Order: sequence, then C-alpha cells, then structure tokens
Amino acid sequence: MSSNKPIEGSVEGSGAEQRKGFSRRTFIEGIGLGAGAVGSVVVTDGAQADHHVPVGPDPVSITLNINGKNHDLKVEPRVTLIDALRNQLDYTGAKKVCDRATCGACTVMLDGLPAYACTTFAIEAQGRKIETIEGISAGDKMHPVQQYFVEHDAQQCGFCTPGFVMAGKAIVDKNPRPSMSEVEDGLCGNICRCGTYVGVRQAVYDAAGKGSA
Amino acid sequence: MHWVDYQRPESLDAALQAFAANAGNAKALAGGTDLLVQMRAGRCASGVLVDIKNIPELNEMSYSPEQGLTLGAAVPCYRIYGDKTVSAAYPALIDAVSIIGGTQIQGRASVGGNLCNAAPSADVVPVLIALGVVCKVTSAGGTREIAAEDFCVAPGKNALAAGELLVSLHFPPPALQSGARYIRFIPRNEMDIAVAGAGVSVTLADGRFSAARVALASVAPTPLFAREAGEALVGRPVHAASIAKAAAAAKAAAKPIDDMRGTAAYRRNLCAVLTRRALEDAVARAGGKL
Ligand SMILES: Cc1cc2nc3c(=O)[nH]c(=O)nc-3n(C[C@H](O)[C@H](O)[C@H](O)COP(=O)(O)OP(=O)(O)OC[C@H]3O[C@@H](n4cnc5c(N)ncnc54)[C@H](O)[C@@H]3O)c2cc1C
Ligand code: FES
Ligand code: FES
Repeated sequence: MSSNKPIEGSVEGSGAEQRKGFSRRTFIEGIGLGAGAVGSVVVTDGAQADHHVPVGPDPVSITLNINGKNHDLKVEPRVTLIDALRNQLDYTGAKKVCDRATCGACTVMLDGLPAYACTTFAIEAQGRKIETIEGISAGDKMHPVQQYFVEHDAQQCGFCTPGFVMAGKAIVDKNPRPSMSEVEDGLCGNICRCGTYVGVRQAVYDAAGKGSA
Repeated sequence: MHWVDYQRPESLDAALQAFAANAGNAKALAGGTDLLVQMRAGRCASGVLVDIKNIPELNEMSYSPEQGLTLGAAVPCYRIYGDKTVSAAYPALIDAVSIIGGTQIQGRASVGGNLCNAAPSADVVPVLIALGVVCKVTSAGGTREIAAEDFCVAPGKNALAAGELLVSLHFPPPALQSGARYIRFIPRNEMDIAVAGAGVSVTLADGRFSAARVALASVAPTPLFAREAGEALVGRPVHAASIAKAAAAAKAAAKPIDDMRGTAAYRRNLCAVLTRRALEDAVARAGGKL
C-alpha cells in the first residue's frame, strides 16, 4: 500500500497514521456504536481484550499459550503466527520458507491439529493450544518421530525437518498404526527440496505407536 | 501485508453489526487459507477482518434423515470428514473436503470459504450444486436464500451484497436410491488446482434415472451447473449408453480456456471422461448396476 511500509512482523509504526486519518475506533465512537451495538467495552491499546470490538491496526496485547506456557506480547493484527513466534518470542524451530501455505516448513499444532503458522494470524491463535517443535521432546529425550528421523537419516539440509516432524507427529498422535499410504497422505502438505521423502516416511511410519517423548 | 483491524464477534448479531458498521470495508475471516494468501499477495485490501470462527451458527453441523444437513459456513473440512454420520450420508461431500490441500489446510479451510472465494476450480462447489444445496445468507437487513448454482457469479466474485454473511448451507436429505460423487483431475496427487472436476448426483427408480444433476469445476469462469447433462439422464435406463449421452452434454456445456494446466480442448475431453466416471460411481453408490 505505501512505500514506507515497516518490515512484516514489526511492532513499530502506526497503522492509523498510514491509513490517512481513517481509524475505525474513532469512527465507531463517533457514531455511538462503541457502547450501544457492539458491547460496552472500550478497547485501549495495551488492554487484553476479547476482541468483540475492533482492535488494531496498531499493536494489540495478546497472550499466546505455547508448549503449555503463556506468553504476553503485542502484535499488529496483520502479524502472522510464524512471525510472532520467530521474531518476537524466539521460537525459531518452525521455519518461514514459502510464506504462502505451500511448503509446510512452518507447521505447528493448533489445538492438536497441524496448521501452517505462516497462514494463521497470531491474534487468531489466542486461547488455543499452540505446540511447536521446541515442545515435543522431554528434556534430552526425543519424541519418537525425532528419534526415527535420526535413525533413518531423514534430513539433508534440515530446513524442512521441523515442519515434517510436526506433521509426522500429527499423524502418529491420531493413528498408532497408519499404513504407509496414510503416512504419505498426512505428509502431503510438506515439501522437501533435498528430496528426503523416503527416509521421512519411514521415520514417521516406524514412530507410530511408540508413544511420546 | 496491509494494515488491518481485527474483530472476533461471539454472536451472529455482533458480526452483522460489524459488517454494517464497516460498509464494504470488512472481510470475513474463516480458515484464512485463501484470504491470507491473497492479502500476502496484495490482492485483497481490507479495513477490518471479522473472524467468524467463534459464531455458533457458523459452526453448526447437524444432520437428520428427515431434515438433511445444516452445515455452518465456517466448519472446517476435518470436522466434516471426521463425522461418521455426515460421511455416510454425503460421501460426495467427503470426496471434495478430503482433497482440499493437505492436512494443514484441511484443519482450517471451510466449505463456506471455498464457496465465497468463488474460484472456478473450487472443489466443493460442484458437489454443492449437484446435491441441490441452498445457501442461507444474512445481513443486518434480513435473511435470504441462494441456490448453490447461483452463488458464484464471476472468477473471485460471489452473489453476496456488501454486509451480507454466508451463515450456513442446507443439504437436502439423500433420497432413496440416490448417490453422488466428485472426481477431479490434477497432475499431482494433492496440493494442486483441478484441471477439471465433475460433481454429480443421481436418483434411481425402477431401473431408470429419476433425477440427476451434473456440475463442473475449472472449465468456466465459475463452477458450472451443466443442467443439460443431468436432464439428458432423466427418464432413461440406468445404462452406459445413457451415461455416454450425459457425458457428451457435459462436454458441450463446458466453456474452458487454455492455461498452463491444460488446453481448452483437453479440458473439454476431461469433462466427458470425468462426468462418465463420476456417474458410474454415483450409480454404484445409489445401489444400481450398469
Ligand atoms: C496449499 C493450498 C491448497 C489448496 N487446495 C485446494 C484444493 O485442492 N481445492 C480447493 O477447492 N481449494 C483449495 N485451496 C483453497 C482454499 O483452501 C479453499 O478455498 C478453502 O475452502 C477456503 O476456506 P477458508 O475457510 O480458508 O476461507 P477464507 O480464506 O477464510 O475465506 C475465503 C474468502 O471467502 C470469504 N468468506 C469466508 N467465509 C465467509 C462467510 N461465511 N460469509 C461471507 N464471506 C466469507 C472471505 O472473506 C474470503 O474472501 C487451497 C489453498 C491452499 C493455500
Ligand atoms: S512457510 Fe508456511 S507453508 Fe511454507
Ligand atoms: S532436508 Fe533440505 S529441504 Fe528437506
């Protein structure tokens, strides 16, 4: 939209300014809807809100539950979960590769289901259980999917690996005895440019039914 | 990505008020699997994203043999194929929702989003048309119904007016001796856009087709209701020759273009082949024999 657009995922800058004087919050207050129609909460920046009323475009305070731990942060509504995880919370396991829901490198679990963090807004993930690659081992004890990745040498450069491990974990969490074709189906949302598919499939297949870390 | 505001209403009324208050400037956010990709590409500027996933009516999924299925617009694919009753009653719906993207997409992508996005290649839409689905649409001004075949009006354009929200989809109860099927042709096994697709439904009685509907994906500016193809079957014997006539009618109805996925001529041929195969499978699902 504008040439002085801040870096994606940045928390700096004022969206309201960029939008040339348009601010939905002043607009709503102006026509009196803020109190009457959409609830009596007046949201101020910094307040932890349920978002029954519009928030943003400036950074909004949210809480994300990641690997069982709550993290408070401020994000613009347009910030994706992958950017919030990597740039603000230092969870750099999930990778940002295509940034358009095609490669699976950013896969995390949302309420137990695998999801692309690049195609989920951070603000949408509030109140949900987020699980990342950092959370699936127990100390030094690897999750069986990780263990079998090592055993089958299922990575080359390793950039796709965290995403594949999470997609693999999603398969074995749901099905302790998947067939090889079910494993293939479950991994079809992930791409490996180094072509490690054979090892990856075998690792996930072997990890099924072996419990968690 | 453009600046946006975000709102997550917990009720239908609150959502409709949000749309009314932001005339033309608000966009519904369901699974976001189309929307975020489009926003990222700068193709979709929106002032407010209204997250519709917390609205009870949009999450409804209820089936009865008398009433059929009411499917909330925001119900994601995995919930649909995870439901045994719905899967048994509407296998053609399952054909489509289980091939959208991969697992990461299916956990979020909704049927409502697939329809509202109005892509010519949308895989669920031919099934909705074949099954005679009626869409319930609401705005602050009232509620109306739109037949699935009238919902998509141009590539990326649907029949919703500003401020209108798709609330739910109503699937008629499956008739006795009826069957339906969706098949698409893509070069990969998954994660690609259909070169062509065919969604069909048939009802059989006394060895004849008593009703039939055919719809096609990726061969016209919108998902295409090939009315003539279904009509070609009605009253005819359940026989390969009848199906061949319908397949020819589907081929004639298609208005495809040449693009990187295939030529128009190739797509026309695909329409005939896919319609024939889908009809054969639908007859089998209806308990009929060819
Ligand atoms: C990797 C990948 C693979 C894909 N594969 C396929 C495929 O194989 N087949 C296929 O058909 N599609 C495919 N898609 C496209 C997409 O996943 C589907 O169209 C999906 O069903 C969209 O649903 P959603 O809930 O994510 O919609 P969203 O992205 O949230 O919304 C889509 C559009 O509809 C509008 N909208 C959504 N719900 C409503 C509502 N209730 N009322 C009014 N407007 C609404 C939104 O504002 C937006 O404009 C794929 C996408 C990706 C990224
Ligand atoms: S970075 Fe999310 S799918 Fe590629
Ligand atoms: S190991 Fe290099 S991309 Fe998969």
